[in-house]
Amino acid sequence: MRSNHLHVLLIAATLGALLGARGALSEVVLHTEKSLYRNVTVTEQDGERCMKFSRFYQGSRQSCIFLNDRSKLVFAYTKMMLASLYLTPNPKRVLVIGLGGGTLPGALQRLYPDIDMDVVEVDAAVIRVAQKYFDFRPGPNVHVIEEDGRVFVKRAGRSGTKYDLVLLDAFDHEYIPEHMLTREFLQEVKAVMQPDGVLAANTFSNSRLYAHESATYEAVFGRFYNLKDANRVILVKLDGLPSQGIVTSNASSVDNRLAVTGTTAEWLLPMFSSARDWPAGTRVLTDQYSPANLLNVQ
Amino acid sequence: MFRFLVFAIAGWSGFFVMAIELLSGRILAPNFGSSIYVWGGVITIFMLALSIGYLLGGRLSTRAPSLRKLAVMLGLAALATLPVAIAGDSALDRIFELVRDPRYGSLLSSTLLFFVPTVVSGMVSPYAVRLLVQETRLSGRNAGQLYFVSTFGSAAGTISTAFYLVLYLEINQIIWTLAVISAILAAIGIGWKPRSAF
Repeated sequence: MRSNHLHVLLIAATLGALLGARGALSEVVLHTEKSLYRNVTVTEQDGERCMKFSRFYQGSRQSCIFLNDRSKLVFAYTKMMLASLYLTPNPKRVLVIGLGGGTLPGALQRLYPDIDMDVVEVDAAVIRVAQKYFDFRPGPNVHVIEEDGRVFVKRAGRSGTKYDLVLLDAFDHEYIPEHMLTREFLQEVKAVMQPDGVLAANTFSNSRLYAHESATYEAVFGRFYNLKDANRVILVKLDGLPSQGIVTSNASSVDNRLAVTGTTAEWLLPMFSSARDWPAGTRVLTDQYSPANLLNVQ
Repeated sequence: MFRFLVFAIAGWSGFFVMAIELLSGRILAPNFGSSIYVWGGVITIFMLALSIGYLLGGRLSTRAPSLRKLAVMLGLAALATLPVAIAGDSALDRIFELVRDPRYGSLLSSTLLFFVPTVVSGMVSPYAVRLLVQETRLSGRNAGQLYFVSTFGSAAGTISTAFYLVLYLEINQIIWTLAVISAILAAIGIGWKPRSAF
């Protein structure tokens, strides 16, 4: 395994050197496989290794790591997901839905070595690739479960499992599992959260879906914090949204810890908004009505 | 008019089956996910039910075939689908409790919810062929026309449900709408009297 890995790196380095002579480093494909759900491709370029679900479209990068600094997070949205720690600075038990390259659960693992974490991923190929190419290491307290996110949450609810923090990262720009963007699903998520539990969801900032998604989250959780960049992260706290003051003081308590990831309160705090920026009366998505993918293209 | 009604019933039956099949994936997703094996379970049961329906419909067509009986089949298929809209969720919750493996969960759910209406829908096509055929020489041509209409109906049912209906209506509203249209067509077929009958 290891020598195989080294071999690939050598080829990558050689190719990089050859092509680098001409200017910017070209992209090198380390691995590609067809899973039941998609094509999973691992590429390297300019010191970053990425997991992609489509080979040619840049926007399909699911997860990336910096090869020279594994602790530092590449994507803004991953850092925005960590803003959930400003609402619950010391989570003991965490549920992550959607593994990707494992950058988010990996970061939490490094930040909180004692953390108890369940990571649910539907695609076995993604689980393999995350471990082989992205250094994601499940441990005694970190379990990876190969299952549909909704099915897992529903079962966890029936067995009475509760989490301090739920990170929902199951969507990408090309495809939304529609059964995980409905009022009934969010109610099932609510049922596996501690009374003071926090939910962070990586979702969409453009398209008609924005308003529907906002209305759906509001229908289940009431007011929420909305962080917007190219992506959008929704932050919910079950026992009521903390004031900006509390968020700021929590932020300063975890700021040192988060520094290695490249996440700073200075960058994140100004994004916090609880403004209602979608039309009143927007139709809520339900198990009966969930054309999320159709709404996302229009 | 007689032939038009036979074709209309067969075409609508094709539309109905595929619209329900597409919705069934939706209906199962909250309990079993939307993976390939969930669709596998759904499609297996629909194909199995249709195959048995063809056999039964063909057999039934040998005994005093009539447009009225064909129309009754269409109505029965719609009626047998209504429990999905009325009690589908509670049935699925029970199966979710009983079966851990989503493959067998979706297979069992599809069987319970969709097997009977799809068997009845499957009976329509061979029975309709019998009503159309008057001479052996033209039987293949009649069967071809019937397959065309019924499969074209299926294509129409698939695209209109997947592309448009789900964008405006709830799943149960779609099921009720389809059932009402089936009931209207069935009523017309049952009430139809040949002008030259004596």
